[in-house]
Amino acid sequence: MYAVETTALSVDLGIHRALENVDLQVEAGSFVVITGPNGAGKSTLLRAILGLVPVSGGDVRVFDKPPAQVARESVAYVPQIKTLDRSFPALSCELVASGFCHRWPWRVSRRAHGAAVEALELVGGAHLAHRPLSELSGGELQRVYLARALVRDPALILLDEPATGIDMAGESDMYRILDDYHHRSDVTILMVTHDALAAHHHASHALLLNRRVISYGPAREALAPEYLGQAFGHGAHTHRGCACGEEHDV
Amino acid sequence: MSELLGLAFMQRALIAGVLMALTAGYYGVFVVQRGLSFLGSGLAHAAFGGVALALLLNQEPLWVAVPFTVLVALLITWVRERSGLGADTVIGIFFALAMALGIVFLSRIPTYATDAFSILFGSILTVSWADVIAAAVVTGMASLTLPLWGNWAYATFDRESALADKLPVRRDDYLLSVLLAVTVVAAAKVVGIVLISAFLVIPAAAARLVTRRFSAMTLAAVGFGAVAALLGLTGSYFLDLPSGATIILLQCLGFAGCLSIAWLKNH
Repeated sequence: MYAVETTALSVDLGIHRALENVDLQVEAGSFVVITGPNGAGKSTLLRAILGLVPVSGGDVRVFDKPPAQVARESVAYVPQIKTLDRSFPALSCELVASGFCHRWPWRVSRRAHGAAVEALELVGGAHLAHRPLSELSGGELQRVYLARALVRDPALILLDEPATGIDMAGESDMYRILDDYHHRSDVTILMVTHDALAAHHHASHALLLNRRVISYGPAREALAPEYLGQAFGHGAHTHRGCACGEEHDV
Repeated sequence: MSELLGLAFMQRALIAGVLMALTAGYYGVFVVQRGLSFLGSGLAHAAFGGVALALLLNQEPLWVAVPFTVLVALLITWVRERSGLGADTVIGIFFALAMALGIVFLSRIPTYATDAFSILFGSILTVSWADVIAAAVVTGMASLTLPLWGNWAYATFDRESALADKLPVRRDDYLLSVLLAVTVVAAAKVVGIVLISAFLVIPAAAARLVTRRFSAMTLAAVGFGAVAALLGLTGSYFLDLPSGATIILLQCLGFAGCLSIAWLKNH
């Protein structure tokens, strides 16, 4: 059984075709980076997997079920933090507990609080539990959001450009947390990013997308210069470095 | 004071005023955090169109204004969802449409009814037992939605995640619009259509300034609204001022107080 499987998937957003004929089979336990140019349909693919956009053609299956029938505990979604409302009055532990309760907590129960603190510890953010969201930096907020995903002990995590809006130190912390969690559990991770270098270092697989699948496979192969050139529409000189460094020890 | 509470019209005004303030404060936290402050204004002007139509047809204003305003609320939500236009733009269009219809309806009535004036600006003298019952029904409906607070709060903070968690976010959007429309019409007699959007916005905004959690903000907004309504109605009687305007002025005073508290906390 695949964690995620799409067959000839097409998605239209208004009159614009965002995804066309996407065939994808993600083995359970993989760490897949999804990359490609702007407007390539990366976020749309995540939204289709979550069942948030209507499918125009083909099929999506998550753990062999249509997205609407997948138990909500088994999938965690980390949206782009830049879209979040920082003016919303909330403490970090409430946000994490919302991932546990599937609703906003009027007051955080002891059980939910325990789970929230445990998840925050996983991301090195236990000290943030009682801080208001409005006082967190981009990197701290991203950690809290990650804790919110981990608190439900999901089988599949979908992240949409988690590195956007945080500095390099915050970014490498986040990748380390994801790496650690990935190696400790049999979770499947799909992460949209513009950062092809991160893809090479952290992912087991890469999907290069430009409305259609350009390449999919082990990161080193899928991000070969000829594919990058094809996806980004120019000689992939700026990307060549990404595909030739050593994979780091894990 | 006891003399005041002995007056039947004052009893009606106080009961209806406090009930409406509790309800508006409760919905207000969602309105403010969703950036829909303009929706209250839009619906209030839709209610004006409805009241004008009722006067033209010589019907009880509530019976015509409620369905009229609910229809406009549903249209705003529907067009917003389908067109991809900003909420403020869609509300602006329906606001103008309902207002223009209201003016056309009023122009067809040979004698300008005083009813229209009291509905535009609110009047404690005209609050009837029917209005008190309407307020009680609206508050009852709001209390029935309390179990949905967690879902609404979740979708208010992060709509995408709420959808991804399979909450019925679209159904709740429509439900909230309809309930807001009914609340706006029912509160019209007490606060007046011109000021009702403030009734929704100011208590919630003031509460936002002094709270760190959404549940605390909700409680504070409800309490703030109720106290302002009580003091405002009493003050308007003694000072011989329009009830709605007095309540709103008090709310603004409270808001300024919260603003100072927030400022002092940050410096």
